[in-house]
Formats: sequence, structure tokens, C-alpha cells
Amino acid sequence: MRDLSSGPGRVLVFVYGVFAVAATGRSLVQLGVDAERAPVAYSLSLVAAVIYLVATTCLLLGGRRSWLIAVAACTIELVGVLVVGTLSYVDTALFPDKTVWSHFGQGYGFLPLVLPFVGLAWLRQTRPQAQRNP
Amino acid sequence: MGAVLVLTVVALVWIAVLLVKDETAGDRLFVLMALIEAVLLVQLVVGVVQLSGTDRDVSGVLFVSYLIGVLTALPIGAFWSLAERTRAGTGVLAVAAFTVVALELRLDTIWGGAGA
Repeated sequence: MRDLSSGPGRVLVFVYGVFAVAATGRSLVQLGVDAERAPVAYSLSLVAAVIYLVATTCLLLGGRRSWLIAVAACTIELVGVLVVGTLSYVDTALFPDKTVWSHFGQGYGFLPLVLPFVGLAWLRQTRPQAQRNP
Repeated sequence: MGAVLVLTVVALVWIAVLLVKDETAGDRLFVLMALIEAVLLVQLVVGVVQLSGTDRDVSGVLFVSYLIGVLTALPIGAFWSLAERTRAGTGVLAVAAFTVVALELRLDTIWGGAGA
């Protein structure tokens, strides 16, 4: 099957990698420095970090199983950014501090909102069944 | 900081031209990126020295982790890009350079006293 991390996928892996590092670093600093200030927001930062890590790893590994997990990760990511983004506007008390996903990823140039769509589009192009009739 | 931004923006424009012309990155671009990396190393040293001598309200852990983090973008991007010398590979360089710009701007904010 077509390699998940070649061509446009190569750029995608790198972007996901950057976000994995950024979200992990952010959540560790937030949880380490002042965990009580915004436990919900900081835990969500950690969830986001794990999702980005999983997506990056799966894109790197390739293969049918990785493809499936990557689809799941991108879907959770999409739901996450939409739910957290909406909640951060509606229920500001829940988010005294920002997360990667709050305000639809405003602090990151709205890339967290765009990324899952791009990811899913790429996965759609590379889905294993499509490989039989290239 | 200013020097990094200027050099990196030059690199970004250069990469954009390569992307449009569908050419792969040559040695000279990698020399420029090595130069940026050298300036980033200087920035790390200067940053740590300034941090130790400042009475500003700067989050030390955050500041230093950004100083170190920004060092990793270009080398990893360069290796990841060289593994596939296509337009996509050049695209990786663009993302790496853009990451440096974003991190530099964040560094500036953190130095100004903003928290995580």
C-alpha cells in the first residue's frame, strides 16, 4: 500500500510531530507547574498531546492497522477540537487557562482545527482498500 | 532574536520560491539553515545568561525549554526532508522554518512575562 509518510504525508507527519511535541511540552509544564489552576483544561492538553503522538506514530509506521488507528485518532482530534473549542466560548469557567484546542486552536493559528480535516483527507486517499485499483 | 527572524524569513521566502518552481533544496539553502541553527545556539547561551541576570517575571523552565525546543526544528526537518527529495520534502523545510518563526515569537512573549 502507499506509504502513509511519503509525499504529502511526509509534510503531514512533520506537522503532527511538531504538534505532538508542542502539546506534550505544554501539558507537562501546565500540569507540573500549577495543576490545580485549571485541571480540566490541563488534562485536555494532555489528551490532545497523546492523540497527536498516536497520530504521528501511526503515520510513521504505516500499514493497515496503523491506518485504522490513525483514522480513530484524527476523528477524536476533530471531535475534541470542536467540543473543546465550543466549550471554551460557552463555559469560560471550565477553562481558566488555555489548551491547545480551546477557542478552536486560536493560539496556534487555528491549525489544530485544520489539521484533523487534512489528516482525514490524507487517510481517505491512502485507505487500504483503494490500493487494489490504483 | 531579530537576527533569527530575519534569517528565517529569508529562508522561508527561498523555500517558497523552490516550492513554486518545484525544485529541491540545494546546498546553499542548507548552509543558510546551518547559519540559523548557529544563531539559535548563540541565542540559547545569551538567553540563559540573560535569564540568570534578570529580575523580570519570566518563567524560567518555560523560557529555557523553548530556547532548546527551537533548536530541534531545523535539524529534524532537514533530515526528514532529505529522506525524500521531492516537493513534499521541500514542504517539510517550509514547515520547519515556520515552526522556528512561531517559537521565536512565543519566546518573545514569554520573555515579556506571559505564562504558559
